[in-house]
Formats: sequence, structure tokens, C-alpha cells
Amino acid sequence: MIMNQLSVFVENKRGRLAEITKVLKDHQIDIRALSIADTKEFGILRLIVDKPDEAAEALKKDGFTVSITKVIGIGIDDQPGGLNAAMELLTRYEISVEYMYAFISRSEKTAYVILRVADNETATRILSENGFAVMGSSDI
Amino acid sequence: MGYWNEQIETAPRSELEALQSYRLSRTVRRVYENVPFYKELFDRHGVSPADIRTVQDLSKLPFTVKQDLRDTYPYGLFATDLENVVRIHASSGTTGKQTVVGYTQNDIDVWSECAARALAAAGGKAKDFVHVSYGYGLFTGGMGLHYGAEKMKATAIPASVGNTRRQITIMQDFGSSILCCTPSYALYLGESIEEMGIDKSTLKLKAGIFGAEPWTEEMRREIEKKLGIKAYDIYGLSEVMGPGVSFECECQNGMHINEDHFIPEIIDPETGEVLPDGEQGELVFTCITKEALPLIRYRTKDIVRLSKEKCACGRTLVKMSKVLGRSDDMLIIRGVNVFPSQVESVLLDIQGVTANYLLIVDRVNNLDTLEIQVEMSPDMPFDAVRMIEEKESEIKAKVDSLLGISAKVRIVSPKTIARSEGKAKRVIDNRNSYHQTV
Repeated sequence: MIMNQLSVFVENKRGRLAEITKVLKDHQIDIRALSIADTKEFGILRLIVDKPDEAAEALKKDGFTVSITKVIGIGIDDQPGGLNAAMELLTRYEISVEYMYAFISRSEKTAYVILRVADNETATRILSENGFAVMGSSDI
Repeated sequence: MGYWNEQIETAPRSELEALQSYRLSRTVRRVYENVPFYKELFDRHGVSPADIRTVQDLSKLPFTVKQDLRDTYPYGLFATDLENVVRIHASSGTTGKQTVVGYTQNDIDVWSECAARALAAAGGKAKDFVHVSYGYGLFTGGMGLHYGAEKMKATAIPASVGNTRRQITIMQDFGSSILCCTPSYALYLGESIEEMGIDKSTLKLKAGIFGAEPWTEEMRREIEKKLGIKAYDIYGLSEVMGPGVSFECECQNGMHINEDHFIPEIIDPETGEVLPDGEQGELVFTCITKEALPLIRYRTKDIVRLSKEKCACGRTLVKMSKVLGRSDDMLIIRGVNVFPSQVESVLLDIQGVTANYLLIVDRVNNLDTLEIQVEMSPDMPFDAVRMIEEKESEIKAKVDSLLGISAKVRIVSPKTIARSEGKAKRVIDNRNSYHQTV
């Protein structure tokens, strides 16, 4: 399944991340996964949350710049080589990964990976046809 | 130091004014007859060439502004057959359209004479090696001083801009004795010479003529110390001629205007009224010997003060102060004229960013830097760093090619650039380069 990821533009200023997490807390939004891309000048905070639309609106109202992007979440075996199997599959089908981040779930034996690729439909189809569990945001 | 043309440079004021009056009335008649723009402009203001007999009549004439050059682009204000034009120069304009200026052979000779006067005032002689590190090309900086050097039978070294190590090698090996460049580049050269461990006393440099951007007395002292030379200021603009419209003498307290070719006036930039002698205001020039492009009462937008007090050097030519400011928002960055509206015109054509921007100008290691901050539009996708960096590169490439200088571009969040009273502040200039006097 394809999920909505929030990207928040963060200037490199002290306290900026805390301001974002406070907005999420105040709106009772649960963060499922996150990653940060950082440069010398700015950062991009990527979030998978339980209520993406509500979170985006709340952040925008507080003056944050938010962009919503469709990403794919997949479940992989939490053991050596688990991620490699997925990556080799994508390589075989010439699907490039723009970025990805992983986290381990509460349930055992499964890890989750969020993938950003150019063509979500094709990637989703290939992954599920080859036995990978493609997740919705409620699954993780 | 020496005069190049003692008779003119030290002429009694009355003689100089008689010459100006004669040349002015002749020029006014010529532009009225040869330039439809001026005929129409003078008619509209109800002034005819017959009304202009002396310099006192100058204020009866209407002004020419830079926009007039753009409106008549490229050759509409030329007062001579294009066949007589031997050279074209140009400067960039706000709309991307350049301002084109032209010269007849006589104009080039006059310009060379003016530049030779500047070189002579800085101690230049036929035996000198004049190292010109201004840009050669459509910009007037390089060729102006170059021709001046040749006019005085000195040796011109057309080093042009860039490659600092090579510039220094040329100075060492060719024996450069007079350096011509922007003051910030002179400082940079001075520091590079130190860094390379070269003893400046082994160089033959004795003087430098620096212009094309504002600089302070503190910079002058630093340049003189670092390069072991005497530093002279020079002023000019392509619309009037190029470098050499005015030049500094050994007194180093103002630039003598070549008044036999250009009549200066100081006006109130708001009302256009001519201000009394000694007051600070916008500098206006009327070209009285130019053949190709004799502009009448051209508004430079430079704020200066004139002084007719007798100079210790013996010259009677009126002296202008350094440029104290601008009556418009033009910035001079690394010798290049930059209008904020030029940056705005680039931004308006780019998807994903707004036209809310801020220019931050600074001087780092004696070189001007320009940073452009621009707010992204709320719908710009940016989940990957690449997207923002590509957008920054796209803007940078367009700005660099339009302005001709390299800028750093930074995309920032919407609504982060401060607005004051609804109007955004477009420029922060941290250089403090205008010489502060009041």
C-alpha cells in the first residue's frame, strides 16, 4: 500500500525540531517512523504518522512548510539479508531508490522499510508479487 | 605629480567656462538636429537650441535618464551616422536589456586623453608599465585605462580579470609599475602577495588607480600598506564615457572632473532642482564633446558633492567627492552594477519559488559576495535534498548569467524573509563601503 509521508522543511536553528514535535503532541498525533536529511543550510524531516492530513494541517497552521509525498512501506524479515533481498529485487527491475529509512516494529521478526521511488505503482506490484508485505500506515 | 594637459587642467575658471559654453551650445544644436528623441524632448519642454548660449542656460534643458537609453535601444540616441562609430560598449540593464554606448574615433581619442590625465596625475610616465586588471570586453573598465596608457606612450599590460597567481607572476616578471583594478581586487592581490611569501619591495609597483566600485579611506590605507604604493581613485560611467570622467590627484581628497568634456551639475534627486555649490546631491553630466552619444543632463544616480576650491595640485578642474550613496537601489558588486529588480526578474520565471527574496552582500577576504535568499512557494515538493539543491542551482545559473557575477542561492521557508510595513527589505549590505561623511 502507498502511504502519505510528511516532509517538513527545517532551518538549522536550535529548538526547531522541538517546535515540530510539540505541534504533533498537542494534536495527539503518533509518529510511526521518521528520518532526517540534513545539509549545512537546512534539514528535511520526514514523518510517517497515524493521521497525516491532520498533522500536515496543524503544522502548516503553525507556519511550517510541509510537503506530502507518496511512499511505500514494506515488511522484511528482521534477519541478516532481509533488506538485501528487497534491494536486489528492485535492482533487477531497474527501480531506483531516492531515499529510504527503516525501523523495527513492536511485533517480532519483522522490520519495516519506507521507500521513496519514482514509480510507486510498479514498485508496489513487483514487491508484492515477490512475496514482500506492502504495508499501510495503520499496519506499522 | 604631472599634468597630462597642463593648459586645460590648470586653466582659469573663466576660460574653462567660456570653452564649456561654446561646446555646450554646439552640442545642443547637434543633438537637436540629429537625434529625433532630443528634438521631441526639447520641443516638449519648450526649449530650443537658440536658448542655450552659456553654461548658465544648462538648467533650462530636460534630463536624460537610463530608461531613455533602454527605450531607444540600441542606437536611438546616437547623434552620428553608424558608419562613424568605431567602438561599442555596453552595460547590463534591469530588464536584461543592455545599455549600449558608442564611440567615434574622436570619442576614443578624448577618452584616451582623459584616462591619460588620470595616469599622469598618479605619476604615470612613458616608461611605466600599466597593469590593467579590469575586465576587457563590453565593460568599459579594461579598454579605458588601456588606451590611456598607450596614449601616454607607457606600456599597457592587458592582464584582464581573474587568475590571481598569474596576475602576480606578470607583475613580477613584466615589471608592472601602475596597477588598475577595482579596490577590492587590489586588496585581494595584496593579501595574495603576502600569502605567497613575496616581498612587495621586489615588485616595481608604485601607484594604483582604483575604481568601478565605492571604497573607503580605510581601504585606501590598507591597499597602500599591503602593496607599498600610492592609491588613486577614478570615476566614470559608460553612458558618459567610461573610467576617466574624473580622477584623483596627489592630494587624494576628491576627483577632478574633466570639465572640458563633461559639465557636472548637482541636483536634488527628488525635485530635479540644481543645488548650490558644495551641497550634496545627485550628479548630472552633460557631454559636450562626444560625437556618437552626447547625452544631455544625464542623471547618474550617484550622490556626490562638488568643490570648486582651488586644489593644492594646481588643477582648476572642479573636484567631486567619492560617491556617497545612490539615489536608486543599484548595488555595485565586484565592480558590476546590480539592481535587485534583475534578480526579481529571474525569480519570476522560476517554478516553485516566490518573488520574496533578500540579497545579502558582504565582503569576505576583500572580495564581494552575494547571497540570494528566496522563499519557496508552499506547493514546491521538497522531500529530497536534491530537489532543493537542483532548484538552487537552476536559479544560480540564471542569475550568474544575467548579472555576470557568481551568487550563492539559498532557498528558505515561506514567510521567513522579514517584511517591514508590508514591503520587503530587499538588500542587506554588510560592506559599509560608502565613505561616510555628512
